[in-house]
Amino acid sequence: MEAKSNPANLILRNGRVIDPAQGLDAVMDVLIENGTIAEISANIELGSSRLPQFEQIDTNGKWIVPGLIDMHVHLREPGEEYKETIASGTLAAAAGGFTSVACMPNTRPVNDCAAVTQYILEKARDEGSCRVFPVGAISKGLEGKNLSEYGELRTAGVVAVSDDGRPVMSSLLMRRALDYAKTFELLVISHCEDLDLCCAGLMNEGPVSTRLGLRGIPKAAEEIMVARDMLLAELTGARLHLAHISTAGSVALIREAKRRGVPVTAETAPHYFTLDDELISTFNTVYKVNPPLRRPGDVEAVKAGLADGTIDVIASDHAPHSAVEKDLEFEYAANGMIGLESSLPLILGLVRNGILSPMEAVAKVSCNPSRILAIPLGSLRRGMPADLTLIDTEVKYTIDVHRFKSKSRNCPFAGMEVQGKAVMTLMGGRIVYTG
Amino acid sequence: MGFKRKDLLGIRDLEVAEIEYILNLSRSFKEINERSIKKVPTLRGKTIVHLFYEPSTRTRTSFDIAAKRLSADTYSITASTSSIVKGETVLDTLKNLDAMRPDVFVIRHSASGAPHMLAAHTTASVINAGDGMHEHPSQALLDMLTILDKKKRLDGLNVVIVGDIFHSRVARSNIWGLKKMGSKVVVCGPATLIPPNIEEMGAEVSYRLEQCIPDADVIMVLRLQKERQQQMMLPSMREYSTWYGINAERLKMAKKDVLIMHPGPMNRGVEISPEVADGPHSVILDQVTNGVAVRMALLFLLAQR
Repeated sequence: MEAKSNPANLILRNGRVIDPAQGLDAVMDVLIENGTIAEISANIELGSSRLPQFEQIDTNGKWIVPGLIDMHVHLREPGEEYKETIASGTLAAAAGGFTSVACMPNTRPVNDCAAVTQYILEKARDEGSCRVFPVGAISKGLEGKNLSEYGELRTAGVVAVSDDGRPVMSSLLMRRALDYAKTFELLVISHCEDLDLCCAGLMNEGPVSTRLGLRGIPKAAEEIMVARDMLLAELTGARLHLAHISTAGSVALIREAKRRGVPVTAETAPHYFTLDDELISTFNTVYKVNPPLRRPGDVEAVKAGLADGTIDVIASDHAPHSAVEKDLEFEYAANGMIGLESSLPLILGLVRNGILSPMEAVAKVSCNPSRILAIPLGSLRRGMPADLTLIDTEVKYTIDVHRFKSKSRNCPFAGMEVQGKAVMTLMGGRIVYTG
Repeated sequence: MGFKRKDLLGIRDLEVAEIEYILNLSRSFKEINERSIKKVPTLRGKTIVHLFYEPSTRTRTSFDIAAKRLSADTYSITASTSSIVKGETVLDTLKNLDAMRPDVFVIRHSASGAPHMLAAHTTASVINAGDGMHEHPSQALLDMLTILDKKKRLDGLNVVIVGDIFHSRVARSNIWGLKKMGSKVVVCGPATLIPPNIEEMGAEVSYRLEQCIPDADVIMVLRLQKERQQQMMLPSMREYSTWYGINAERLKMAKKDVLIMHPGPMNRGVEISPEVADGPHSVILDQVTNGVAVRMALLFLLAQR
């Protein structure tokens, strides 16, 4: 780890360059100079005078992709630094192959004003191992009552607004948020959940919740809000992004709305295309998450939604919790799983299983989130910042949470046999991770 | 086959042979409870901790009497509320008690799965004395013993469980147990109190009591809690009682030898009328008597391990 090293002058040889933004998938060399992509082509020739200025790395056909973007993480700072800090969370991101993350505003204090946004950005600049794009709160204090000051937040540097962790229960407030966000060209990210219908639910409602005697959260609690928010996006013409989609019904609703031309995009998380609610049978709180793990049929529908483009983005919803929140009765344990250091192999699993092409898979964690967040990253075009991830798709290993850079250990994929990992992560030409 | 488990956490985990073994053993303990000196030295020197995170009179007393009649030393810890409010986690409480080397923990908790979590953190045995809406295995065992006493079989019997199935751990444990033993189980109540996909546990669902009663060999009546009205699950106690209350009029449709059971505590006049609760079909107090024998058997099996 050389987080604060100077940008390296590098030439990466013989990589499989996959850059969906350019429709590129070919074996090439990538030349990185002064922190930017200087050239990308087959067999870059450098004269004998320039060659010594560059460190050459033969990648042996490893994937070279735009630095991955995780548009939904919780870094917990300020306020819950015992779970994660901007330093540890961004280091976890870099180790997972991510060069950019968008962090949700449910910190303490809530990121609903410029001071908090600036604090996050300064911390990220001083201690971070990847780029951090703060998401501001839709409502002041995430209370769902009054809009926060989007103009001030935008100026301070937020890229979107969301009350993530909580839904905006008032349809009127959501309508106002969508309208007002247009003023400042801000994306609205919705956490879709009808709290009344959830009724203190602890897991997906269905045969497993009935068997275990755990209160269920019906799928309709998500789908009602997905439908509502898409109708409001249609009404207002505002850009809407739906976070952590988990049900077959939501996928169908989004597919239909996109066909109609509603300005909506959607994301899901690796756990929703990998895990189902049968895992809760032992009451292991590592599987407690919101939205909850759903039925096997939902897992298949989420994969189908990824495959046909209904779901644009894969984001981890990295939600660190310590043993204090997790070593409790299932009922009292906190919702959330960490994912930054396990996302990539699970995404590569979708490629190996034929659900996504390599190009589609990379797009869901590079150019798609960059387009949705309107940040000028997510591609390897010449002149772009050299944010780049080198991926060994062949290496097989067991996920070992004890080697994670994250401060927390609440990873449901611990012990899983996987294939593929980031072996080098470059941010602005700086090597922020090698492994 | 005997019983070789460390813990008794639920009926779902048990094999038919294990259930039969426990029930047979319970029968042999029943006799001790009829003696004038109701104490045997079987578990002398064993320590049993009753860890109750939810109010209970019947179950706690029943376990305590069972343990004392076997000469075990017993300690009761009653926490009025969840560990969160109390300030010490349930896991820390357990670890502290575990450090005092008890042989068996009897645990009741309002959160489903709490005994399962705790069992993984102690080498002592854990008996689930009721967890949330999940399981109440000793209740199902004593219910099966009571039915067997009266009907001499479980196989082929029609058992109707009436009322708030949604919140009932008693219903869940009985569905598992009775289905394993060959009974037919129908759960009956308003749709708001029937949990989704309960059929996958092997129960049939009916919303009409009058359709269930004529074929029933056993009617298990569940307690209805008044909070269900606030949770919008019922319009009124009155309407519930009208449609699902077990009263003498309804029992006219029943078989002559139908058994009426209730795990207690009863709301007389809501889910069951006094004349039925105290009437000739009622085996409600036999259930309580059998409870001690079943719990003696369970403590014996686990403490002797």
